[in-house]
Amino acid sequence: MKPAPFELVRPATLVEASRLLAEGNGSARLAAGCQSLGPMLNLRLATPRLLIDLTGIPELTRIEDGRDSVTVGACVTTAYIEDGRLPGRGIDTLARIARNIAYRAVRNRGTVGGSLCHADPAADWVSTLFVFDAECIVHSNGKQRRIAADQFILGAYENALAADEILEAIRIPRLPDGARFGYYKVCRKAGEFASALGAVIHDPSRDLLRAVIGATHGKPIVIPDGKPLLGRDKLLDEAAILALLGQNNVSDRIARQQQVAALSRAYRQAVSP
Amino acid sequence: MAKFGVGASVTRKEDDRFLRGKGQYVGDFRVAGMREVAFVRSPVAHARLKGINIPSQFRDAVYTAKDLTTVSPIVSAPPLKGFKRSAEHVLATDKIRYVGEIAAMCVADTRAEAEDVASAVTLDLEELPAVTDMLAALDPKSTLVHEEWGDNIFVEFGDNRAFDDTVKSSPIRVSRTIRTARHCMFPMEGRGVIAYDDTRMRLLTVVTSTQFPHSVQTGLAECLGVEHGHIRIISPDVGGGFGYKGLLCREEVLLAWLTRRVNCPVRWLEDCREHLVANANCREHYYQIDGYADTDGRLIAIDCISYVDAGAYSSYPISSAVEAAQIPNLLPGPYILSHYRCHSAAIATNKCPIIPYRGVARTHICVAIEAIMDAIAKETKLEPYEVRLRNMVRPEQMPYDNIVGKHFDSGDHPECLNRAVNAIGLKKVRERQKQAEPDRRYIGVGVSFFVEQGAHGTSVLASWGRPIVPGYEQANVKLTADGEVEVHVGTHSHGQGHETSFAQVAHEILTVDFDKIKVYQGDTLTTPYSTATWGSRSMVHGGGAVATASRILAKRAARIGAWLLQADPATTCVADSKVYADKGSVSLREVARAWYLQPQNLPPDVDIGGLDVTAGYRAARDSGTFAYAAHAAVVAVDSQTGIIELLDFVVVEDGGTLVNPMIVDGQIHGGTAQGIGTCLYEEMPFDAQGQPLASTMLDYLLPGATEVPDIRVLHMESPSPYTEFGIKGLGEGGAVGPPAAIISAVNDALRPLGVEVHDLPLTPAAVLTAIAQSRGKTKAAAQ
Repeated sequence: MKPAPFELVRPATLVEASRLLAEGNGSARLAAGCQSLGPMLNLRLATPRLLIDLTGIPELTRIEDGRDSVTVGACVTTAYIEDGRLPGRGIDTLARIARNIAYRAVRNRGTVGGSLCHADPAADWVSTLFVFDAECIVHSNGKQRRIAADQFILGAYENALAADEILEAIRIPRLPDGARFGYYKVCRKAGEFASALGAVIHDPSRDLLRAVIGATHGKPIVIPDGKPLLGRDKLLDEAAILALLGQNNVSDRIARQQQVAALSRAYRQAVSP
Repeated sequence: MAKFGVGASVTRKEDDRFLRGKGQYVGDFRVAGMREVAFVRSPVAHARLKGINIPSQFRDAVYTAKDLTTVSPIVSAPPLKGFKRSAEHVLATDKIRYVGEIAAMCVADTRAEAEDVASAVTLDLEELPAVTDMLAALDPKSTLVHEEWGDNIFVEFGDNRAFDDTVKSSPIRVSRTIRTARHCMFPMEGRGVIAYDDTRMRLLTVVTSTQFPHSVQTGLAECLGVEHGHIRIISPDVGGGFGYKGLLCREEVLLAWLTRRVNCPVRWLEDCREHLVANANCREHYYQIDGYADTDGRLIAIDCISYVDAGAYSSYPISSAVEAAQIPNLLPGPYILSHYRCHSAAIATNKCPIIPYRGVARTHICVAIEAIMDAIAKETKLEPYEVRLRNMVRPEQMPYDNIVGKHFDSGDHPECLNRAVNAIGLKKVRERQKQAEPDRRYIGVGVSFFVEQGAHGTSVLASWGRPIVPGYEQANVKLTADGEVEVHVGTHSHGQGHETSFAQVAHEILTVDFDKIKVYQGDTLTTPYSTATWGSRSMVHGGGAVATASRILAKRAARIGAWLLQADPATTCVADSKVYADKGSVSLREVARAWYLQPQNLPPDVDIGGLDVTAGYRAARDSGTFAYAAHAAVVAVDSQTGIIELLDFVVVEDGGTLVNPMIVDGQIHGGTAQGIGTCLYEEMPFDAQGQPLASTMLDYLLPGATEVPDIRVLHMESPSPYTEFGIKGLGEGGAVGPPAAIISAVNDALRPLGVEVHDLPLTPAAVLTAIAQSRGKTKAAAQ
């Protein structure tokens, strides 16, 4: 399992990386932690001519400590977040998410931005950033544009980046006091990708109940307002979730059952005192 | 004073280098001028190979079957009536029979370049329908894996002991069908081979990660048409075998041939994908089993039909027959019954060969017979362990010959099971089950019990059919000129800690400082011929040989010591690294110096065999030792997600006299982890075209540290009356008991839902499907 021949470059600036990517004309690929791309290269499922290693670009590991949000460079590693090094309040729950992603060796190298760009529907960062309503900051040739995380991913393994664009950072809104986060994934063993995943944010001050169903075959399902899913007992209504899954083409019986359990449990965490 | 002899939990000698990263595995060897090999493997399961297209620039770097004019195929045909031979060409000739079968060999300066060459080679294949299901393979209209056979059956076995129609009037009849998945063996180190020509010694030398160097030597000699004496096999540190390294690999034959062809050393290291999809699976069985019992739960009869999916070829030297042969032979397990019928067959399919994995067929045999015990418990409303107790051999009946003539050598089976039931806290679990769990999961408790026939002797193995029948193990033990001890054995340790446990045996007899005893293995040039290490045989047979040789050596040393002391030889004994006599003592070091450096001082009638002894060992009975164990599990089952969590796991094991209880604990922990993998995680699925679907570790799940609970191991020690020190073989039992115990616990947990599961692995999908089916049945009944 050795990759097909490729050239490796390690630019020092985003502008240079963007230029190299544009020049690659489709045969260049961006590499961050290489925790998904690495195996794909070794299995020769990916055979780029040029590999652009982004880990030498200082802007990509920058962290901005804002009042209402924290902006995390795309190459910040999962281990960094796991270790509680993001500043400020309202995002401490991200360390808990990080801790349950794969294994420490993977977290040491794997990056938040890489995970988002790879767009695996079962990835924890994808569903988490969706439910946080995070915003992606995208760079191309000195220019920036912003796009909501749940618009950044188009489908399974498919992101919204244009041919010369690089994900620069992710702005994650802080949860206000009183808001609660719930997260439940069904995994056959620790560190594996989930087979079902529910994420819920409940913020009574804004009357917000936002939810995500991840680990689907396509793009995770965003539920901007979960209140219509509530039953008479103030818990999520199983039939309503099943109907929603049906609308999103989740038809496998096992998957449906596990998704109902995952979302219901995430919801219970988010509303339990 | 610290003890180092038999029975002491001595820290392992080999761990110093392993833990410091200083072990020497095949991958650590560097031979000057070594080139690398990659293989072109078939992407389809069944096809005619019409041609191989090699780009012109790579013509000198690629070898195909046409080049191998002097190489014979691997044939592993045991002398069993009706066994159909398969010829495994080391490079495919005209037909492909499984995904991953090797079609061409590519050589280059680096592995990456060799893979570049391999990816440029294309195969011209005419695809055939694949036979991927062993039951479908039995259909007379099925496609044939080997056309010349006329069917897809390697070999069949049967046993009938007084089974007749009278059985059918038994008060209770239970019936279960069980299917188990194929899985992989996953030693931490994959296979690896380096071949080079040692022109000084005129030895074709192969460094390979194998469990049995001498069998590889014999197999290579046959395939290459070279004499044994011209082949040297070195098996250095090996990172786990579990059966996966218990065969002659095509790659070994190919590299041994290639090194002389290209006139330089060559190397191949297996990658994870090759392990998963191409190189051997294990454990795919089918059982249709009926049990007949009395109203008090006493077993009357067992009737079973069983198949083993053996894959496309018979592996050398174990053969495709061994698992199917074991089933009729071992199915009755520890239980007493009076009527028995069993038919089994090894079936060929378009999948890679299966080879015996730790426990061989016993793991699933245990699942099958224990399913019957649980079924009888359900009918009689007895505790499942109680049914097992009622059918066990009592200690006063030992030694005991069971219905198929297995000779249980010693032990107290009911005591073992009772200890497990107490340790797991059965009563407490039953109390806990009366209330709903706060997290709404279902709690269950289960037990399994089995005998582990190990250290099989020559006659047993001859009856199971093998092209190479193991003989009597030998060891070479010598005292060096400075009074240290060297032990050379033909067995091979690939994790078992033989460098420690064999040194303990030598120390027990020779009493030389433990640090001054070194054990050597893994080189056909320097060790006695041996079928080496598998089937839990090394400690009994190899350890027996070390003890025998050590005793002879001790006698010779004592004789010289007596002369040096001018004492009566009859008064001498060896202790504390000295020869004692009535007139004082002399150290073994002085004895050694006298023999090696000052022989002129020795008497003319001294034994000129010297202080270097090779001796063999045969157990007093060669019908094998019978270790036994009870496994008990507590599980929590989430009926909404199908996830099973192991809350507690107890093993009570009787392995006879334990040479090193710490190593035994390690064996049980490791084996149990593998058994948990078999039960809950490991599966190599195939699609209808024979494509293996778990091609990376993303898809192939192994239990990790978080999935294996803290296994509580309790020991009993009933020495075998037939072996040196009373040792029994116990290397595999850890992997035998867990699936049956966990299944029993899961079914106990799901009883309120009316659910029973048997097939392996027990995935969340399987659990949820069974629950849904049970609900469907309940609903249908209500309507």
